[in-house]
Amino acid sequence: MKDTDIKKLLYTHLLCIFSIILSIFIPSFFLENFSILETHLTWLCICSVSVTAVNLVLYLVVKPNVSSKRSSLSYKVTRFLKCCIYFLTSCFFFHVIFVLYGAPLIELALETFSLAVILSTFTTIPCLCLLGPNFKAWLRIFSRNGVTSIWENSLQITTISSFVGIWLGAFPIPLDWGRPWQMAIEGKHSISLCTRHGAWHCHTSNLILVTIVQGMAHLLHAWSNLWLRGWPCYFTTLDILE
Amino acid sequence: MQKISVLLFLAWVSFLFYAGIALFTSGFLLTRWELTNHSSCQEPPGPGALPWGGRGEPGACWMASRFSRLVLVVIDALRFDFAQPQRSPVSGEPPVSLPFLGKMGFLQRLLESQPHHARLYQAKADPPTTTMQRLKALTTGSLPTFVDAGSNFASSAIVEDNLIKQLSSTVDSDEWDVLITHFLGVDHCGHKHDPYHPEMAKKLTQMDKMIQGLVKRLKNDTLLVVTGDHGMTISGNHGGESELETSAALFLYSPRALFPSAPAEEPEIIPQISLVPTLALLLGLPIPFGNIGEVIAEVFSEIEDSQPRFSALAQASALHLNAQQVSRFLHTYSATAQDLQVQELHRLQKLFSKASADYQRLLQSPQGAEAVLQTVIPELQQFLRGVRAMCIESWARFSLVRMAGGAALLAATCFLCLLVSQWATSPAFYFGPLLKPTASGLSGAMVCAGLLASTGLKLDSMVLGAMAAVGSLLPFLWKAWASWGSKRPLASLLPMPGPVLLLLLIRFAGFFSDSYIITEARVAPFLLISLILLLVARLHWEGKLLPPKLLSIPRLGFLTPAGPPQYSAMHAVGLGVGLLLCIRLAGLFYRCHEETPVCSSSPLLSPLRSTVDGRTKNLWYGACVGALVALLASVRLWLHCYGNLKSPEPPVLFVRWGLPLMGLGTAAYWALASGADEAPPRLRALVSGASVMLPRAVAGLAASGLMLLLWRPVTVLVKATTGAPRTRTVLTPFSGPPTSQADLDYVVPQIYRHIQEEFRGRLERTKSQGLLTVAAYQLGSVYSAAVVMALTLLAFPLLLLHAERISLVFLLLFLQSFLLLHLLAAGIPITTPGPFTVPWHAVFAWALMATQTFYTTGHQPVFSAIQWHAAFVGVSESRDFTWLSAFLVGANTFASHILFAALPFSEAVGCPLLLLWPFLCENQGSQKRRQPPGNEAEARVRPEEEQEPRMEMRLRDAPHHFSAALLQLGLKYLFVLGIQILACVLAASILRRHLLVWKVFAPKFIFEAMGFIVSSVGLCLGIALVMRVDGAVSSWFRQLVLTQQKAGEQSSLVCTGAGLSARKAQPHLLPPCSQDLLASGTSLFYNSRS
Repeated sequence: MKDTDIKKLLYTHLLCIFSIILSIFIPSFFLENFSILETHLTWLCICSVSVTAVNLVLYLVVKPNVSSKRSSLSYKVTRFLKCCIYFLTSCFFFHVIFVLYGAPLIELALETFSLAVILSTFTTIPCLCLLGPNFKAWLRIFSRNGVTSIWENSLQITTISSFVGIWLGAFPIPLDWGRPWQMAIEGKHSISLCTRHGAWHCHTSNLILVTIVQGMAHLLHAWSNLWLRGWPCYFTTLDILE
Repeated sequence: MQKISVLLFLAWVSFLFYAGIALFTSGFLLTRWELTNHSSCQEPPGPGALPWGGRGEPGACWMASRFSRLVLVVIDALRFDFAQPQRSPVSGEPPVSLPFLGKMGFLQRLLESQPHHARLYQAKADPPTTTMQRLKALTTGSLPTFVDAGSNFASSAIVEDNLIKQLSSTVDSDEWDVLITHFLGVDHCGHKHDPYHPEMAKKLTQMDKMIQGLVKRLKNDTLLVVTGDHGMTISGNHGGESELETSAALFLYSPRALFPSAPAEEPEIIPQISLVPTLALLLGLPIPFGNIGEVIAEVFSEIEDSQPRFSALAQASALHLNAQQVSRFLHTYSATAQDLQVQELHRLQKLFSKASADYQRLLQSPQGAEAVLQTVIPELQQFLRGVRAMCIESWARFSLVRMAGGAALLAATCFLCLLVSQWATSPAFYFGPLLKPTASGLSGAMVCAGLLASTGLKLDSMVLGAMAAVGSLLPFLWKAWASWGSKRPLASLLPMPGPVLLLLLIRFAGFFSDSYIITEARVAPFLLISLILLLVARLHWEGKLLPPKLLSIPRLGFLTPAGPPQYSAMHAVGLGVGLLLCIRLAGLFYRCHEETPVCSSSPLLSPLRSTVDGRTKNLWYGACVGALVALLASVRLWLHCYGNLKSPEPPVLFVRWGLPLMGLGTAAYWALASGADEAPPRLRALVSGASVMLPRAVAGLAASGLMLLLWRPVTVLVKATTGAPRTRTVLTPFSGPPTSQADLDYVVPQIYRHIQEEFRGRLERTKSQGLLTVAAYQLGSVYSAAVVMALTLLAFPLLLLHAERISLVFLLLFLQSFLLLHLLAAGIPITTPGPFTVPWHAVFAWALMATQTFYTTGHQPVFSAIQWHAAFVGVSESRDFTWLSAFLVGANTFASHILFAALPFSEAVGCPLLLLWPFLCENQGSQKRRQPPGNEAEARVRPEEEQEPRMEMRLRDAPHHFSAALLQLGLKYLFVLGIQILACVLAASILRRHLLVWKVFAPKFIFEAMGFIVSSVGLCLGIALVMRVDGAVSSWFRQLVLTQQKAGEQSSLVCTGAGLSARKAQPHLLPPCSQDLLASGTSLFYNSRS
């Protein structure tokens, strides 16, 4: 049982990372002028959709929690609608947090919102998949000693590292190194907004870029963490828990 | 006694920091006084006749002009080797091909074809090699430093005497005489790429072509000067003092023959400022007053006259004029400032008088003075070079030893703060070892200094201070090492790394990046918001926000968190969101850093006077007054909430009546200031008089309020009543044997209370009269109330110094700090009588908030952002820059530091209150479970009312721990500030070659250092205030006992007196004082509401 769980977890993570990498390369076959730096909004949409899809598929295939007893159609529909509402709420919630963090209120609102969407994809959707629209269970996961299974542990680690990643993404914003990736994003918006020193207006776009880097990093991190925790302790801790 | 030693220790630590800062400053920030004297054409620089052609009139002031026109081409960052001629490669040596070498071919051709017309020099620029300073040097001939102290050091024009001024004052004709051009391309190319980039070659070729075009058009009486103001490093930067940065090219060309001899193989190395006196004399102008450069002697030779003797005489006379001028400057300067070395000055003066006498001799006996002539020129040159060396020594050289020493001292002091503050949290902390080594070290240092002074060694006051600091620090650290270090490992004294440490590290690292300093106005709120979110998240993580039933999992019952939730989740989240909102709103008040090119400062920072639209102005005025009223109301509400508003003491009366008066005065002043232009002409005098008097009145009221507060700081309401207001405990019926531990916990106190009441009832019956009961209200918040009042009183005069709309920021500031205190209270664990701890994140959050408020009140750490208008608040029109106006401007700039340095005491004082807060909530929570559900809502609404018995009195009950907590708080705050200073210092010394060192890092260091000084003084004053309140409370207790003695309550007062004195002697052993009193029949009710 443990063995299969850990294997499943490993493949889940690999697939997630794979989907992000694919979302970088695949669209360039279909779309003209596609590049991460210049059409970053398109790419973000594709990335978020693909990550969502992979999460959903994995959830349906792997079924880590088999607790739902009722299986009537109406129940499923309500559950799905609830999930959608939760997702939208979390998007708006993150948007508000970003604005409180210093993102401009009106200009670049689209970028800010897409950042909120991508953050929700990385955090809310796994929660929804694993725990369902049960906010109290979410709160339980993110407290000390609240984790019960290896799946929840993975969820905790990935979500927290997503937040840390998006937070770290803000750090290159004030720098005026003039590196290509900074310049490209700055050039995309009007020069008057993103000058060499006053790059703060490019808050969101920079955040997006670095978040994606961090998004991959967090998945890698989670995977390695699980690997470290999972395999050596395989015979001891996890069995006791079970 | 303990409190005095706390204060002394904090003062000593501050002194250590000051000594470190001063030592570093003396090595890093080179200062020089600017003189405003001018040389004039009519007035020769010294006694004696003017040499050839000097007639004291325009065109031939001190010397006859040799050129009537000058073309001065300044090519920014034209390094010497950019213009150096390339020799044809010698066989055997591989040809060097670098992009910048040999690109100025035209210059090379000129030098080779016309050796008597053109000359290339290697000009040595003096550090700092920044463009502004170099241009100043190239016009004034002096050694500009970063801080040229004068009447106004944020000026955009040069106030010293300079070439341009001399030109404009002496020359007036229709034709052009002087053409000055400044090309920035080479410098930009260097900064953007580096000298090795192909772009540099292109740029240099372009410059060469430009010079070629110029030379073609030159007339016979024109002198062409091409010079670079400084060089550049390998990476294309400049600002420091390395060889590559200081060597600039200097190229002279004249269509007439100018030089008597062919150039040497290697171009001569001359100081850059030699150009100034040379050009002045060549154009027939007086040499600028403050020049210390030496003329290039060879251009003054007589070419037509082939006799070498006349040539030498001409050179000598030019040198002599120059020397006279330099001597006059030295004389004036040393009378104004004392920063030049006295002995060296005397030596140079002697040298000058000797050379001058020789020169006079030469003039009187023109024949047969070959030998004299041979000595005069070297003597004069020796004098001029000596002066220059002396000036460089004191004005233009970083002293790396001092910088390193200052940084090391700061680092050691930070370490000391860390060590002692950690040590103070341990229960075994005692004050003895704190002061002894300090005192002995200080006295030792004093004796050493005295000895040194008596032996005649003249030392800098900075060095003396630093030596005293080191002398007292070393014994302390040694003692600390010997006494504690041996017992336990040092690592246990250091705090565990956590997220807060990471944030502190990020902040530390941010000081090393110019981008982060420029955008610090946004970085500080970012970190603050992160810290707040982290706090809320951690509360949740530790399970303090939610009831345990949510968190416990039925399967894993043993993992259930032990403690009940201490804080309601909505409350904490609400506090966090409120804080975030406050910070975001305060971020709207933003002033741009001068290095941000496209950025517009918030219009909210400008005074209302500048608003044109009357309607908008009125609306804003209304908003400002509204903010003022809200500020007043919130302070009153706070005092009312804690009951301190009921006290009949004078400070409270002042708060009730004086504060609204101050608010009224402020509002009236704003009205006058914003509408002064619209006043009818008849009332102008009245308005201007009132706008001077009103701020003075407000400041006077605030001062009197503070005095009242210091005089009677105890704001409690005492009611002595006979017949105790018995607290009747309602006994809920309980039947059957207690089955569980919870039941026992519930039943036993009930029984105790019942018995207690029974006894008391009996006692009352036996005595004829009821027992005397003294009810002291608001004793629980007596410390906080004093500090909050002091802060409010301070805030008003500071508010007047800012623009009107900053009042909104002040309101946000008070709100923000209140919310933060509440949020921090949620995270502080309960330690009932033991040592109180002030957590690191709380202190760090305070420091961050102080920084944030510095920016939101419209400041930036640059000199151009200083709000000079503050100097004219409450001061009648006068143009002088007095100490008062300096004080006003300083108060304006560091208002946030003052308030926030003071605010930690409200935390110092509030921290036990905050310590108690969760404790109360816990008690209440446990009660809640037993109460009928109907009462639950009510109990939540009034948490303090149920049991808020002691609050800050808990501090008084453990004076030892109180002192330790105060010390700990002060040291932690100093540590966080000291780390910032240390980062600034390290950044400034490591990046002293950085392009922006004088624009960003040095001003940041200055502002940070000033802020530190203001904060530390505020800290000490605040702790003194807390001590004053403590002393007053003690005397109040004593008085209470005395009055009871007079009342004749023998039985109770003996016990009371004994209780008080014994408690003082052994703080830990005796139960707290209130229980003593209660047992003896006299009860003190802490902080009950009337």
